[in-house]
Amino acid sequence: MVTELGHFALILAFMVAIVQTIVPLIGAQKRWTGWMAVAEPAANIQFLLTAFAFAALTYAFVTSDFSLRLVTLNSHSAKPMLYKITGTWGNHEGSMLLWVLIVTLFGAMAAWFGGNLPPTLKARVLAVQAAIGVAFFAFIIFTSNPFLRLAVPPMDGQDLNPLLQDPGLAFHPPFLYLGYVGLSMAFSFAVAALIEGRVDAAWGRWVRPWTLAAWIFLTIGIGLGSWWAYYELGWGGFWFWDPVENASFMPWLLAAALLHSAIVVEKREALKSWTILLAILAFGFSLVGTFIVRSGLLTSVHAFANDPERGVFILMIMVFFTGGALTLYAMRAKAMEAKGVFGTISRESALLANNILLAVSCFVVFVGTMWPVIAEMFFDRKLTVGPPFFDMAFTPFMVVLGLILPVGAMIPWKRGVLSRAWKPLRMAFVLSLAIAALVWAMQTERSALGPLGAFMGAWIAMGALVDLWSRTGQSRDISRLARLPRADWGKATAHFGLGVTFFAICGLVAWKQDDIRVAQIGEPFDVAGFTITLDDVQDVRGPNYFSTMGFITLEKNGREIAQLRPEKREYPVAQMPTTEAAIDYRFFRDVYVVIGDKQTDGGWVVRTYVKPFANWMWAGCLLMALGGFLSLSDRRFRVAAGARKTPQGVPAE
Amino acid sequence: MSWRQTLLGLVVALMVTPVWAVQPDEVLDDPVLEERARDLSKGLRCLVCRNESIDESNADLARDLRILVRERLVEGDSDEEVIDFVVERYGEYVLLKPRFDGSTWLLWAAGPIMLLLAAGIGFAYIRGRSEAKPVQEAGLSAEEKARLDKILKE
Repeated sequence: MVTELGHFALILAFMVAIVQTIVPLIGAQKRWTGWMAVAEPAANIQFLLTAFAFAALTYAFVTSDFSLRLVTLNSHSAKPMLYKITGTWGNHEGSMLLWVLIVTLFGAMAAWFGGNLPPTLKARVLAVQAAIGVAFFAFIIFTSNPFLRLAVPPMDGQDLNPLLQDPGLAFHPPFLYLGYVGLSMAFSFAVAALIEGRVDAAWGRWVRPWTLAAWIFLTIGIGLGSWWAYYELGWGGFWFWDPVENASFMPWLLAAALLHSAIVVEKREALKSWTILLAILAFGFSLVGTFIVRSGLLTSVHAFANDPERGVFILMIMVFFTGGALTLYAMRAKAMEAKGVFGTISRESALLANNILLAVSCFVVFVGTMWPVIAEMFFDRKLTVGPPFFDMAFTPFMVVLGLILPVGAMIPWKRGVLSRAWKPLRMAFVLSLAIAALVWAMQTERSALGPLGAFMGAWIAMGALVDLWSRTGQSRDISRLARLPRADWGKATAHFGLGVTFFAICGLVAWKQDDIRVAQIGEPFDVAGFTITLDDVQDVRGPNYFSTMGFITLEKNGREIAQLRPEKREYPVAQMPTTEAAIDYRFFRDVYVVIGDKQTDGGWVVRTYVKPFANWMWAGCLLMALGGFLSLSDRRFRVAAGARKTPQGVPAE
Repeated sequence: MSWRQTLLGLVVALMVTPVWAVQPDEVLDDPVLEERARDLSKGLRCLVCRNESIDESNADLARDLRILVRERLVEGDSDEEVIDFVVERYGEYVLLKPRFDGSTWLLWAAGPIMLLLAAGIGFAYIRGRSEAKPVQEAGLSAEEKARLDKILKE
């Protein structure tokens, strides 16, 4: 019953979305206030209906209603409750429903917080947002309906992929979708502005919080996914340049570019046309990502393997929205004349350089990801583009970006003098070089990666601190810092976080150590200064799996520092084994232990990895997200949101 | 190999009980050779997996390839000879880092070309901006003017 109501609500939401696409758009064109006013309640109703449909599906998963095809395929009665709930979006149909729920959520939020928007712009934004909703509602209802029943319900389900039964991955998709779909708001604002034919500083101010929010969620989502890969896949890799990872990384890069260029629009009324293009492309890449994950065009570690019919449908959605928006852009771009004038050395130029580097690096990732398909189609070559390519082709852009970041962040707007921005940073630069030299001298292997990472990390992080320090003014009055706008704190925090992440990635890659051996029970062995003893191996039963658990003692200098319990699990229903690494997390390093198969001589394969600064990577991501939140809470956005209390010009005649 | 076959391969690979990445019995006694073997394995793709190198992969085929690489190294092959040998057998599909030849130069050059292009356009834009005259605020449209007059009259 609840299922049928959910199904019905979904179809109703589809209808409402169609109305919300057409009526306000016509209303805005003809200046009919009544027609434009349809958008707001429609956005709310659409959201409530979709939320109900999603709740109905969740209910079916929680109560293990195996008469539903989707529940049978992806759940099991013995599964822990947490994974019954998260299993709702651990499959293609459910995740699409979550996706469209977030589309409607953002639409509703635009209605709630958009009180200060000019009525025509608001109506158009909501209409474009609803159009995106229409496309995805149609996709769900016609190709991936989650509410289909089975004629003969089985006794029990086929269980969720055990790799997904994990807290890190359970919450990774919602954050990622919040990010992907958040960019749809920037897209809707861009298209609405193109229809309107007007982009000004106010537009920049309205679009920036949405981009910022999307970027924050993408950062958290990607960080969670990477952390999950680190502890779950059994050897501590954190980034694989897999097509699906790239699919989330490309929108992240463009969102980062967009939120910087929107600042230029907001403060200086320049880069307008580029910012609009970027907003279109950023959401376009979100759609590319969805297409890559769900079409099966590219093979990947976490694709939902799917039939081509769905792929073609998403391709059509992608072509329609990106192509349509770009056509509109080509027609209207010349209407957006830049106003701000600035010199070659200025904050504007620095932010433009930031945009060029981010956009080109995104392009490199895109070409690398799609190249196997391109090569097969046009050159009849079957080849692979793997991590070594991306490491070589992508990294230089990030190095240059990191080098100019601290300087660019301190150059004043309009017209700056390089030497004046450089002066306070000299100490930071010299100190960073000294740290790099020290690292170079200390490490035993003469690899350049470690010192480079140390330099970049220190340079960016100290640059952010110097930026804050310079705000204390000539008098060095610390209390000024407390009065700084939150956006400035956000900027410094996010840049500092980026520095930490740069350093951690280089440090981890340069200084990790690993050891593979057959360990005999009770015989200790040494790895990188740690003494490891496999005390025992036992068979353990979990709620829906069998586990082989190793009991390992980790010692340093004869003192026990941790008991580690690596597992090898077998999920009988899904017939899939997984490894559960045991990790001793510490500030400066992780010790990462994995247990393998039993050998004929009675020993067990034990892999040990010592991973320096692994935690710093996630900490850096969190700092970046925190910086985003600080900036989002800045007064000027809240003031903009509260401005609706003032009357909106003259009443309509 | 189409994606369907790859998928099939994956399913097959998952059905068999996995052996975990590099096994202790594969490790060569000579640490220098082993280091080279690990480096080479990181650049070779496991053919039945999705985007995994043979160094990371648990599949049987990856194990066979790892052993093959080590055998060639023990025989005294140089790194290039080992790679050539593997490519000759399995095609350039096994290389995670595409070679710089034929149409692939386009892949490698795509980034730098785009950067030059973008930098050129960006620089022209900045030049234009620094030489542009400050734009006067656009005047009010007729409609806006009428509205303003109305307000002022009240």
